[in-house]
Amino acid sequence: MSATPATALPPAGAPAEAPVPRIRVRGLCKAFGAKKVLDGIDLDVLPGTSMVVIGGSGSGKSVLLKCILGLIEPDEGVIELDGRNILALSRTEREAARARIGMLFQNGALFDSLPVWENVTFGLLAQRKLTRHEARERAADFLAQVGLAASVGALSPAELSGGMQKRVALARAIAAQPDILFFDEPTTGLDPIMGAVIDGLIIDCVKRLGSTAVAITHDMASARRIGDTAAMIHRGRIIWSGPAAALFDSGNPEVDQFTHGRREGPIQMELRR
Amino acid sequence: MNPFLDPLAAIGRGVIGAARATGSLALFALEGVSHLLRPPLHWRMFVQALVEMAYFSLPVVALTAIFTGMVLALQSYTGFSRFNAESAIANVVVISITRELGPVLAALMVAGRIGAATAAELGTMRVTDQIDALSTLSTNPMKYLVAPRLLAGMVALPLLVVVADILGVLGGFVVSVMKLGFSADAYLRHTFDFMHASDVISGLVKAAVFGFIIALLGCYQGYRSRGGAQGVGAATTSAVVTASILILAFDYVLTELFFTR
Ligand SMILES: Nc1ncnc2c1ncn2[C@@H]1O[C@H](COP(=O)(O)OP(=O)(O)OP(=O)(O)O)[C@@H](O)[C@H]1O
Ligand SMILES: [Mg+2]
Repeated sequence: MSATPATALPPAGAPAEAPVPRIRVRGLCKAFGAKKVLDGIDLDVLPGTSMVVIGGSGSGKSVLLKCILGLIEPDEGVIELDGRNILALSRTEREAARARIGMLFQNGALFDSLPVWENVTFGLLAQRKLTRHEARERAADFLAQVGLAASVGALSPAELSGGMQKRVALARAIAAQPDILFFDEPTTGLDPIMGAVIDGLIIDCVKRLGSTAVAITHDMASARRIGDTAAMIHRGRIIWSGPAAALFDSGNPEVDQFTHGRREGPIQMELRR
Repeated sequence: MNPFLDPLAAIGRGVIGAARATGSLALFALEGVSHLLRPPLHWRMFVQALVEMAYFSLPVVALTAIFTGMVLALQSYTGFSRFNAESAIANVVVISITRELGPVLAALMVAGRIGAATAAELGTMRVTDQIDALSTLSTNPMKYLVAPRLLAGMVALPLLVVVADILGVLGGFVVSVMKLGFSADAYLRHTFDFMHASDVISGLVKAAVFGFIIALLGCYQGYRSRGGAQGVGAATTSAVVTASILILAFDYVLTELFFTR
């Protein structure tokens, strides 16, 4: 298996002297029991850029994001936000670091005891940036961003379709305009048009608000749309990273097979063995 | 395979496991209480938990208390000599209800209702990533979910026990007057003669401790549940079972503290 150096390239037009990466991961390892899920992940995401992470189902993409968020304690490795190793911080400092990151969970993770409007504005209410009365009104704006009518705000999450839940969860993740955004499969379960709308929204967050984003996706078209850089996880490691535009002609056999969705190739061979 | 060492090893493993479980429960309790002591308190969550625990438990606790008082009167009538039964029964009913049966039975009923519901709710939140989501939205899950419930437990149970005390005595009164034909005046007089503030207060203190235990076990088991619906189910069961056992154990400890000096 050929492994290319596992650092993300800066996007075209970046200044020559490399800026401090917003997110820097080195040698990240995590095992559940005997099962090694992450086995030495190295990753750099520069400020104001977005990275898409691709990889087979069960390859540890969600676990990677949860490790960076501090929701899963890694076994080994370094995770830096703006050059500060968050694993070495005290608990309160880690909480503060986590509040900088907005996360869209793969399954939405909406609070099902709260109505949609309160879900969407939860972070802002917690930071006391809004009163409940204002939150109720602002919720309509946040919902409109993800293509939902204001009337949805009064419903409870259980009354929504899967795709609607995903969009509410997305609205919740970006409402407080965090400077780091994690999206775990933002467009899975959405129709193609809504998928494109959501992609546009993510691009907007990065370009207009200057956020830094990491998105996991299985949708290659969407990966090329939203990513500046891309990385592929396979067997617990980043086996390739580079500009997202190069996903389809990466020259890496595993990536090639994955992005073109071929049955035959190095990955399939491993599954059969 | 060693016939002497294997049982020993099993006992050792059991003890280590129990010590570990006790330790992690104690740490969880400490963290919860530390969030209670540091403002802010999430009032909305507190009120919600209080209404659920106190108001909606009223029917169950009320029925339990009434029937217990009635049975107590009946049983002590058959047990005691008929001589002076009036004062003896009033005495037995009021002391056993306020000291023991009011707090313990109310707590066991609430443990069944609230312990299970809390564990199921937090367990579901855990396995669907909602607890993780809280911490990405500038909210400490211990402060938001656990601390208000602990406080609600400590407030709700004493309130319920006041009601249970009154209704339990009422149950004994009803049986004594309607069935055993005692004079209502005399029964009430005896009841108030034998009722001591210290009995009532010790019962309320017990109730506060039991309320804390119920909320703590529900939160603890739910918070650390794993593995989907099955894990949540297991958490629910162990929340009720461990809370009930701890209630009875602490009842003994507190009784020892209050009454044997
Ligand atoms: N809490 C956990 N306990 C035990 N094993 C876990 C846990 N979380 C994840 N895993 C295991 O880690 C592996 C990676 O899981 P992860 O959710 O990161 O996959 P993924 O790459 O996000 O897959 P998908 O694309 O299907 O979402 C899986 O094999 C899973 O079984
Ligand atoms: Mg995943």
